[in-house]
Amino acid sequence: MATDTHAYAEVDQHHGNETSAELWDGGREPFKASYGKLMMWYFLLSDAFTFAGFLIAYGALRFSMPTWPLPDVVFSTFPGGFHHAPLIFVTLMTFILILSSVTMVRAVQEGHRENKKGVVKWMGFTIIGGLMFLSCQAWEWTNLIAKEHMTVSTNPFGTHTTDGVYLNDDGSEAKNEKGEIDAFKAGTTYLIHKNDGEWHKRKFRITSGELKGQIAQEAFGPKAFGGLFFFITGFHGFHVFSGVAFLTVIMLNSLSGLYEKRKNGYEMVEKIGLYWHFVDLVWVFVFLVFYLL
Amino acid sequence: MSLSPEEGKKVVFKGLILLAIITLIEVFIALIGNGHVIQGFHLPKWIMYPAMIGLSLYKAYFIVFEFMHMKYELRGLAMSVLFPTVLLVWAIIAFLDEGSYWHDTRAHIELLNSDGYIRVEAPAESHHGDGNTAPMPSGSHETQGQPATGSEGHEAH
Repeated sequence: MATDTHAYAEVDQHHGNETSAELWDGGREPFKASYGKLMMWYFLLSDAFTFAGFLIAYGALRFSMPTWPLPDVVFSTFPGGFHHAPLIFVTLMTFILILSSVTMVRAVQEGHRENKKGVVKWMGFTIIGGLMFLSCQAWEWTNLIAKEHMTVSTNPFGTHTTDGVYLNDDGSEAKNEKGEIDAFKAGTTYLIHKNDGEWHKRKFRITSGELKGQIAQEAFGPKAFGGLFFFITGFHGFHVFSGVAFLTVIMLNSLSGLYEKRKNGYEMVEKIGLYWHFVDLVWVFVFLVFYLL
Repeated sequence: MSLSPEEGKKVVFKGLILLAIITLIEVFIALIGNGHVIQGFHLPKWIMYPAMIGLSLYKAYFIVFEFMHMKYELRGLAMSVLFPTVLLVWAIIAFLDEGSYWHDTRAHIELLNSDGYIRVEAPAESHHGDGNTAPMPSGSHETQGQPATGSEGHEAH
């Protein structure tokens, strides 16, 4: 195991000019990991709690609402004007992040072999993956904000609690694109459109439950949805952005030969690798909570 | 790692395929479960949700143990990082349980408020001739904080 041998190597290396007691004042490194690597693990642990706090808040608020927008309706657009492509775009984003995680593994492996060219090449691919992910997120946000008019305090994605039939302005039953009567079932998520600064809440006749026969109008969805979505995916996106920045710095340092001189198997690349995998790890749960469940 | 270049590439390739396939399965479960694949066919939530959560946890395990090399670290390091996350189990149960309680309270308040869909036209044979609000414990929009006595409808904001 290289981590072990490399940790020992570091102890040996320091043995010459320092007393071993100075290393960590205990004479040896705890867990045979360097200070930096261990602290990266504990930072990631604390960050995991931060994200868990946000996701748990999402869960508690979602459980508290009678309805919640269905993710396969909210996230069903794809660049190029495609609609009704449920979850396809976020799946693509997930693949991009997985790929960048994989190239990061390669960079760390090349670092352990002290192969500068390999480190720089694979870190370069990782940075490109990170930038692609950020671009996708920028598109997703733009679509939600500019086209669908979701904000941190307005959520145009509501969900029906009864069956019903949409009505035209004159009170007749509306037809859908196929020319059939535009009916819906309870649990269907709808998007309230905004044209020229005005919300167009469609009217419908309720066709199930106690209120059968009454005329009602679409209402906004749970208010917290937009705020939670933008904050949590934004916080994750900020992690990706910071990761890209750190990766760039460390790639340039590798290129300059800084880590080559340290002769510690490019440990800096290993540490930023831990961070980058963690960003992918958080996405696994953001993806699960926001897009799948 | 003291993996040879070939071994290293093998681990990487395996990880890529595994994570990609699990993600595809998850998305497939979400789509078939919500009736996008077969018209009118829905999976019950008690199959969908545990399957997706289980697969995600497996992905997390794989990323931490293989990509982040946790399985090559000393047991002490692994435990000091992984064990505290067990506290989250309590947090998830406590907060989701509390969330359900808010849900019931909210439903109760809404019933008191008779605040649901805003009725825009009084139906001819209405049983509830008490104003312009349909009394309905639904309402996907925000509720008022306290039970109000009046039953006049307020516009959803």
